[in-house]
Amino acid sequence: MMACLLEAPLRISVLSEVTATSRHYVDRLFDPDPQNVLQGVIDMKNAVIGNNKQKANLIVLGAVPRLLYLLQQSSSSLELRTECAVVLGSLAMGTENNIKSLVDCHIIPALLQGLLCSDLIFIEACLRCLRTVFISPVTPVQLLYTDPTVIPHLMSLLSRSRHTKEYITQIFAHCCKTPEHQTVLFNHSAIQNIAPLLISPSDKVRMQALKCFSVLAYENTQVSMTLVNVLVDGEQLSQVFVRMMQRDKPIEMQLTAAKCLTYMCRAGAIRTDDNCIILKTLPCLVRMCSKERLLEERVEGAETLAYLMEPDVELQRIASFTDHLVSMLADYFKYPSSVSAITDIKRLDHDLKHAHELRQAAFKLYASLGSNDEDIRKKITETENMMDRIVSGLSESSIKVRLAAVRCLHSLSRSVQQLRTSFHDHAVWKPLMKLLQNAPDEVLVMASSTLCNLLLEFSPSKEPILDSGVIELLCSLTQSDSPALRVNGIWALMNMAFQADQKVKVEIVRALGTEQLFRLLSDPDTNVLMKTLGLLRNLLSTRPHIDQIMSSHGKQIMQAVTLILEGEHSIEVKEQTLCILANIADGNTAKELIMTNDDMLQKIKYYMGHSNVKLQLAATFCISNLIWNEEDGSQERQDKLKDMGFVDILHKLTQASDPNLCDRAKTAMQQYLA
Amino acid sequence: MALPSCQQCALRRALCSTTVPTRHCRAAVIRGYLTAAVSLLTKMAELGAGSLLTGDPAFSYQEHELNERLKRLYPAVNEEETPLPRSWSPKDKYSYIGLSQNNLRVHYKGHGKNHKDAASVRATHPIPAACGIYYFEVKIVSKGRDGYMGIGLSAQGVNMNRLPGWDKHSYGYHGDDGHSFCSSGTGQPYGPTFTTGDVIGCCVNLINNTCFYTKNGHSLGNNLMKNDLRPNLYPTVGLQTPGEIVDANFGQQPFVFDIEDYMSEWRAKIHSMIARFPIGERLGDWQSVLQNMVSSYLVHHGYCATAMAFSRATETMIQEDQTSIKNRQRIQKLVLAGRVGEAIDATQQLYPGLLEHNPNLLFMLKCRQFVEMVNGTDSEVRCFSVHSPKSQDSYPGSPNLSPRHGATNAHLHSTGADSPTCSNGVTPTNKNKSHNKYTGVSSASSSPSSSPSSVNYSESNSTDSTKSQPHSATSNQETSDSEMEIEAEHYSNGVTESSARIMNGTYKHQEILQADDSSVGNGVADDSCSSRQLCGGNQAATERMIQFGRELQALSEQLCRQYGKNATHKKMLQDAFSLLAYSDPWNCPVGQQLDPMQREAICSALNSAILESQNLPKQPPLMLALGQATECVQLMARVRSGSCSFARVDNFLH
Repeated sequence: MMACLLEAPLRISVLSEVTATSRHYVDRLFDPDPQNVLQGVIDMKNAVIGNNKQKANLIVLGAVPRLLYLLQQSSSSLELRTECAVVLGSLAMGTENNIKSLVDCHIIPALLQGLLCSDLIFIEACLRCLRTVFISPVTPVQLLYTDPTVIPHLMSLLSRSRHTKEYITQIFAHCCKTPEHQTVLFNHSAIQNIAPLLISPSDKVRMQALKCFSVLAYENTQVSMTLVNVLVDGEQLSQVFVRMMQRDKPIEMQLTAAKCLTYMCRAGAIRTDDNCIILKTLPCLVRMCSKERLLEERVEGAETLAYLMEPDVELQRIASFTDHLVSMLADYFKYPSSVSAITDIKRLDHDLKHAHELRQAAFKLYASLGSNDEDIRKKITETENMMDRIVSGLSESSIKVRLAAVRCLHSLSRSVQQLRTSFHDHAVWKPLMKLLQNAPDEVLVMASSTLCNLLLEFSPSKEPILDSGVIELLCSLTQSDSPALRVNGIWALMNMAFQADQKVKVEIVRALGTEQLFRLLSDPDTNVLMKTLGLLRNLLSTRPHIDQIMSSHGKQIMQAVTLILEGEHSIEVKEQTLCILANIADGNTAKELIMTNDDMLQKIKYYMGHSNVKLQLAATFCISNLIWNEEDGSQERQDKLKDMGFVDILHKLTQASDPNLCDRAKTAMQQYLA
Repeated sequence: MALPSCQQCALRRALCSTTVPTRHCRAAVIRGYLTAAVSLLTKMAELGAGSLLTGDPAFSYQEHELNERLKRLYPAVNEEETPLPRSWSPKDKYSYIGLSQNNLRVHYKGHGKNHKDAASVRATHPIPAACGIYYFEVKIVSKGRDGYMGIGLSAQGVNMNRLPGWDKHSYGYHGDDGHSFCSSGTGQPYGPTFTTGDVIGCCVNLINNTCFYTKNGHSLGNNLMKNDLRPNLYPTVGLQTPGEIVDANFGQQPFVFDIEDYMSEWRAKIHSMIARFPIGERLGDWQSVLQNMVSSYLVHHGYCATAMAFSRATETMIQEDQTSIKNRQRIQKLVLAGRVGEAIDATQQLYPGLLEHNPNLLFMLKCRQFVEMVNGTDSEVRCFSVHSPKSQDSYPGSPNLSPRHGATNAHLHSTGADSPTCSNGVTPTNKNKSHNKYTGVSSASSSPSSSPSSVNYSESNSTDSTKSQPHSATSNQETSDSEMEIEAEHYSNGVTESSARIMNGTYKHQEILQADDSSVGNGVADDSCSSRQLCGGNQAATERMIQFGRELQALSEQLCRQYGKNATHKKMLQDAFSLLAYSDPWNCPVGQQLDPMQREAICSALNSAILESQNLPKQPPLMLALGQATECVQLMARVRSGSCSFARVDNFLH
């Protein structure tokens, strides 16, 4: 601090000196003689090259508006206009602040306007500057799309020269960030215009064209479907991409070509069992994960690979044994390494910067690898310190890492064996519960979904989780605005209620509250409704529980059941509801709630004669429970139901073609015979 | 190649009488062809492990494909020194192993009770280090009872009553558990298991001494072995239970795994390693070394003005004085133009005693002179010619006067002639490669009239410039320096162009000779009407030639008496005389001698001899360096440094 203060006066004097010379440059832009102005601009060009301080000075002194004015004046000579564009391009090469200033001076519309000129040299200078401005992260890409005539004009300029090809494709590659952008470019024949550039003799043009295709095809079915039919010099585009993935090509080219093919494959334009995916794209992406690659490349490689194989178990299997991918990924967690800290500070800084990215990419890839195959999951959990890494990943400060870690955990939690062993051994539920306390929705969805699996009855983690006050948490999830969170909340409760103690069930009903329960029964999301019915069904199992819950909430439950059976619902929902009814019919006292409700009995009768066998079966099950011999009052119930004509229906059902239904009906009939 | 007796008799007749017995000769031609065909077949049979003539066309096709693929994959391997594995060895196997299908299929025929019944077989040859990267595949036809199969490598002498990997100096990937065994009875978890229908590959990287396996075209990653691979390993498979059958693919069929892609990565790696080789502080030294190399090369070949200009620009010194360079240049030009007699005269005049001290060289020159007489280019027969001097001048010139690293050099190498360019063996394939890079150029060469570039490269480069001289310079004209300079400039333009020009010249040459294609270009078109005839079709010239032949015969006999028998001379003479046995010498088994390109060998030999006599190096340092580099790479193969296969000198000579 002291040193800074002492130095300050000196620096000011230097600055004022610099400013004086800079001011001279700016002053010359206002010279009445156009020839002097031109020479001034040329001198300025030579002065700013590679000199960031000079660039900043000129911007501060207001050179930009004057340069733009000269550039736009039709009275200016073409040479002057071109030199102005070159100087502006040079200024743009400086810091991000320079770019911001240029954009604030409305440089973009001015340069775009300049593209309408017929002179190629001038156009190239404008494009070069535009390119530099647009590839900066501080420039809003939307500025490219404000004027609808710009994109078609750029397309028409594309083939003018090697430079126009390079700059325009580079602009497109950086400014295509949303599905809307993709559509705009697609509608202006971007594919047809850019495809021939893939075999350009210039490396730069080829690379930028390839990048265009990767951003155009990303999650875009329309583009992907078009791409497969494109021919470049008589060759299919996918084959051109395959050639670009050859191992002696630059890594960036291999990786970007692999991305293109990945996006085309995910969009369904290329089958997952196509050789260009199985034998080329997948191995190429695995190679990108190897230690030899740069950290950035390893991150992109892993993320793209995860995306490629997410929906396909066969790709997951192949990847799992290609080049020891599973253990290769373990290296992603070793940054910053102890070595890098010692050797040099620059390396440490670099490693630190990428450490989070590497970890989240590895978790994503593990999640994708383990999403279907039990053997792969086993292989992953057996990787060195894997579970510990997930556990610590769950509580990392970076949201990206936390999300990826919980995705990985979720993928592995689909394994019964892992739930019983490694998950329990490493008490993963603890950080998971912590994560659920306070996290953004996307993390919550994954975490609660994982929790659902951890609450399955065979999971040894179920008990400790219950003791940690999970019920309140889950009940609050059911009140979320996000359907996914509501589903997960109620799903977890359903799993928890399965074969649970009376105490737990009572606690669930208490915590959830009947009001919320019924609100969920009318949830617009069918998944929520189904899981809520599932919860009810699990709550209403074993006789004492049925009777107890029905005695306290019988009225509301019967109302809800009636409502659903009367409403417009899917077969699955109705079946689930009839099953609840059957459970109620199994209770000792709860039975009476049905027997005394003629309306309900009529409904059961109706469903016994329904065209859907599943509903017939559920309804018959319900009747069977009501007339069961060994229970008190069975005679009366049998008589009543006989009077209502159920025996005839049962008799008819004994002739049913469905063997299950037939058996069920026969068993019920036997109750009468005994 | 021994000449058929009939041909020799025809020769003798030709030398004794002035008329050529046509009928007899035709019979000789037919027999000559037959002999050539038979000898060719014998050679192919030798290559094809002796079983080529079994009459199975499918097999010979496969054999052909195998040879092609092996040549493509392992271009650095010299199979005469280190043959590649092509099948399993019927001798180097355990008795429980049965072989069939040309020793490519392996089946188990033991009891298979326990591991003591394991049995292995090695390939016929070890993997040569010059492969750089070696690969073979094995298809599991049947996993048999238990599928205890091991695929891998082992050294000579490792017990065959075992699966590969169990013992020292053997390595294997096993199907039952997917483990990798590296010289140890306990394997390490490595890859998936494999079974019926799977194709397992084994890749040996002799550059970093590692090995990995593949399954159905997917690399399983580096083997987890701790110690490096030992050299001279054989492809090996081992089986252990009844019913196990596997088929090997040593290149007979395309591989499932893309090994060429893997190789391309290593080629790129090694090339970039060479390109980035640090030269540190010596940058300035390197520059002057390179400049001296270029300068001495130009001087050596007599590009006088270019050499002077170069030395002015780079401020380097030239050892030889200008007159000397120009003299050599003149003599070289004469040889390359086919005017060998004049070249001999000029040499004798400028360097008295030189040829007297080099009887071998003199004999070679005289033989060439004879060939040129047949060609109708030597001045001794040319004076009889009915053709206009103009066309005579331009037509027979070597299509390319600049020194070339072409097929001729390969020929030189094989004859063992001490030539400055002999170590610079660029194969013709390579030339094609560089050709393809510039499609524009290659198309220009096939249809010279279609593109302006054909004019630039056209052979008329030499012919035009000759033509542009006054016609009076027909016989003994002083060849102007400018002509050479044009050549030289062309050469320095880029090596690709020069090689393209070679093709161009040769093509065009044929066109001139065979077709009435007048589109070739203004200067050369005149020649299209001249058909090829012995000694230019002139009777007197033919007589002079026969006369000269007798003199040559006499010289040979004299040399024989003086220095003893010389097989090379004998063959040279025989080859030259054989030309007369055919009615169309240009289209006969020995007709290649007439190719103007053949002048270059003798031209450089003469040049070297002159330089040596002036106490100057007989080879330019550039060629020396090139030869040394080539030799080094060959040495690398012998000391088992695998990277030699991707550091081939011809890769850098475009």
